[in-house]
Amino acid sequence: MGLSPRPESGLVAQQHGDEPWITTRLDLLVNWSRAKSLWPMPFGTACCAIEYMASAASKFDLARFGMERQSFSPRQADVLICAGRVPFKLAPVIRRIWQQMPQPKWSISMGACASTGGMFDNYAVVQGIDSIIPVDVYVPGCPPRPEGLIYGIMMLHEKIMRERSADTALRAEMEPDPRSQLYIPPPVIDEISEPFGNSVHQQRSGL
Amino acid sequence: MSERFQPVVVGRGVPDAAAPVSPKHVPHQGGAMNASVDALRTTFGDAIVRADVVWGETTVIVDPSRVLEVIRFLHDDPAQQYDYLSDVTAVEYRDLERPLEVVWHLRSLPMRRFLRLKALLPKGTPLAVPSVYEIYRGANWLERECFDMFGIEFTGHPDLRRLLMWEGYKEGHPLRKDFPLRGRFSRSEQLRQALAANPEARYSMEELSIADAFADLPADIRHRLAGGEATGE
Amino acid sequence: MATTKRTIEVELSTTGLDAQGRPRRTPLLATEGGQAVALDAPPGIEPDLEGEHMLINIGPQHPATHGVLRLVLELDGETVVRCIPHIGYLHCGFEKIGEYRQYNQIIPWTDREDYLNSPGNNVAFALGAERLFGIEITERCKVLRVIAMELSRIISHLVWLGTTAIDIGAYTPFLWLFQERERVYLLLESWIGARLTTSLTRVGGMGADIPDGWTEGLRHFVTTFPRTIDEVDAMLTRNAIWVGRTIGLSALSPEQAVNYGLSGPMLRAAGVAYDVRKDFPYLDYETYDFDVPVGSTGDVYDRYLVRLEEIRQSVRILEQALERLPDGPVNVDDPRVILPPKHKAMSDMESMIHHFKQVMEGPRPPIGEAYVAVESPKGEKGYYMVSDGTSKPVRWRIRPPSFVNLSAIPMLVEGHLLSDVIAINASIDIVMGEIDR
Repeated sequence: MGLSPRPESGLVAQQHGDEPWITTRLDLLVNWSRAKSLWPMPFGTACCAIEYMASAASKFDLARFGMERQSFSPRQADVLICAGRVPFKLAPVIRRIWQQMPQPKWSISMGACASTGGMFDNYAVVQGIDSIIPVDVYVPGCPPRPEGLIYGIMMLHEKIMRERSADTALRAEMEPDPRSQLYIPPPVIDEISEPFGNSVHQQRSGL
Repeated sequence: MSERFQPVVVGRGVPDAAAPVSPKHVPHQGGAMNASVDALRTTFGDAIVRADVVWGETTVIVDPSRVLEVIRFLHDDPAQQYDYLSDVTAVEYRDLERPLEVVWHLRSLPMRRFLRLKALLPKGTPLAVPSVYEIYRGANWLERECFDMFGIEFTGHPDLRRLLMWEGYKEGHPLRKDFPLRGRFSRSEQLRQALAANPEARYSMEELSIADAFADLPADIRHRLAGGEATGE
Repeated sequence: MATTKRTIEVELSTTGLDAQGRPRRTPLLATEGGQAVALDAPPGIEPDLEGEHMLINIGPQHPATHGVLRLVLELDGETVVRCIPHIGYLHCGFEKIGEYRQYNQIIPWTDREDYLNSPGNNVAFALGAERLFGIEITERCKVLRVIAMELSRIISHLVWLGTTAIDIGAYTPFLWLFQERERVYLLLESWIGARLTTSLTRVGGMGADIPDGWTEGLRHFVTTFPRTIDEVDAMLTRNAIWVGRTIGLSALSPEQAVNYGLSGPMLRAAGVAYDVRKDFPYLDYETYDFDVPVGSTGDVYDRYLVRLEEIRQSVRILEQALERLPDGPVNVDDPRVILPPKHKAMSDMESMIHHFKQVMEGPRPPIGEAYVAVESPKGEKGYYMVSDGTSKPVRWRIRPPSFVNLSAIPMLVEGHLLSDVIAINASIDIVMGEIDR
């Protein structure tokens, strides 16, 4: 014997006559419905895309998290999952796809390369897609295990549940500088993509 | 099915040869030289600069101006039959005085042979070698990549454009030794140039000319395309 | 009426605002003498569509391009007249970065170029580096590497089969085959600690010996796994849709295939029995008993059959490798390349200095060069390394099989229908990480 289960916070169902009814905050209802049926748009480029496929396949089954429908069109997607490295040649593509997605939209940067450039600190790779599009959740790993990706998705659920519809800034479209197309000032980009740690020593050829 | 299908067997030119085995204890220098080298020496004489065996593989250094003849001979001669082009690439050494090397890896499937051809292009001379596209169709992208990465011109290639980097990439040829690992420009400038590509004009000149659409483009895009800029391709 | 080829797919940008303040669209038909040709045909007359070729763009982000390939197709009706592939959307500078890393440090990069076949790439790179150092690896190491290569061939073909089946319209094989792939992931994970990017080898040996009981796990896998392949075989091979969409598609002659430099299942499906394992063997492959499946027409169906049979042959090789796996050391006893054991490095001064110099300066091969090719699931994969006596290669060249295979795609798809392009493209088994590098 124990206590009867507590009602879920914020959601109280009461029996009033024959009509069941619920009181809740509107935000909670909206956020709940958004979070529990996120349609992902997999922007798979490299190794992480294989782990993404493994997550979506039979063993890990992303459908358990409301992601049954993989949306391969950005126009019917809620969350952009950038799985894999993004070279400069691909940068305008991911920017374009992000702009094609309707609000509300979120993005997950899956893996070290998408988040920071990873081990590719060279002439070809963007040092983190957050210099191109805004990112909600970073999933570390090279590549992240499916459990890692699922944890990132759960974090995104949590983030969505905390959103307030009164906060209009949440849904504001990113507006890059029309001349440079950057939405972060160039000195900041240069600073955050400086080599650090061991990679400073690995700029030398020969020896 | 009236006629039984016959697969094309590798090593059909040398039916009596022993079955190939994995190489073991390969010496650094010396060892058996590829039999094709003698034929090359008798046919081309001075055009064969040097031939040596390193780690069991024969390298033949050829006069750059006669590469096409040599490869055509290797491909067509019934005693050689180098019908398979494995790779075309180039090597630049850290010693910037040393000439750039263009490397062809050829296989003779009927004779089961492997040969490496090299042409040395000294610095300061125009970096150009003849294209082998007419002999091996597989050379198409390999040569384009080599042009893209090293700036070596393959004369006679029908469509020598950048392959991996986009058209209008301004920083140079990435695999050259004077190209820094992180590129010539700052990160923000690299990103700006990449994002400045106009997504509306993502078709190359060639594709637009197929569609006869080039004339339909607005003047500013036409101008930018003609200047090789912002094709974003 | 003169028929001009015109595009109707190129999206033209707006050229400003019209009198009503709406964005003005450039007319889709060409202008003639500065005057836009009317879009509406006169009533009662059908617009003449003859000769109107359509330019259609697939990719770089499209689920059927297996990555970030971009194909621009010129269509006449539904028939492909011309195909222009664009690659390089995943160019990450592998070869450049290899010039800045020591030989053992390059191995993590080999994981990530052909990421479906990471263990196989690790082995191929280690073989090339060992040729450059003049090292003979131990017998146990050889057999372990054969196991790694064949496992990785299986998992690569599984992904190919699953995704190709999706492209052609069957979803179930994907789910079945990924279940099997997860079992291989478990095996690899218990061996080296990573699922996908394994970094399995080191110059002169392996990153780790297999743990206790691992061979039982592999034996269980090779006995139970063929059932799944049989199921997929039963589901697809005689399936009317599968057969209808693949047979006779983009048939190739052997001469064409060789001239285009194709390799792997693409070449063997065209009837050329070229397999690097048989013809330029390595790792004592000549002592294993296996067959090289060869197709007769080179069409998409043959490529499927060849790959299906290769999976079975890989299982055969795995069985033999399990039988002969000898005891003994995994790493060579060569202080030039192999680190001292951890317990000695932590207790003994000389070993610690040795360890430090190995890691910081790296082993130095003699001056020379080596091209070592292996049979990867996609074809002949070669690593060409040039050393100038320093600890970092002057040039690390990857000979990517699917790069050369993909370069034939204009020849393969031209004259076929648009829907067949997807099937043909899938049958090449491309991995953009390897193509763009």
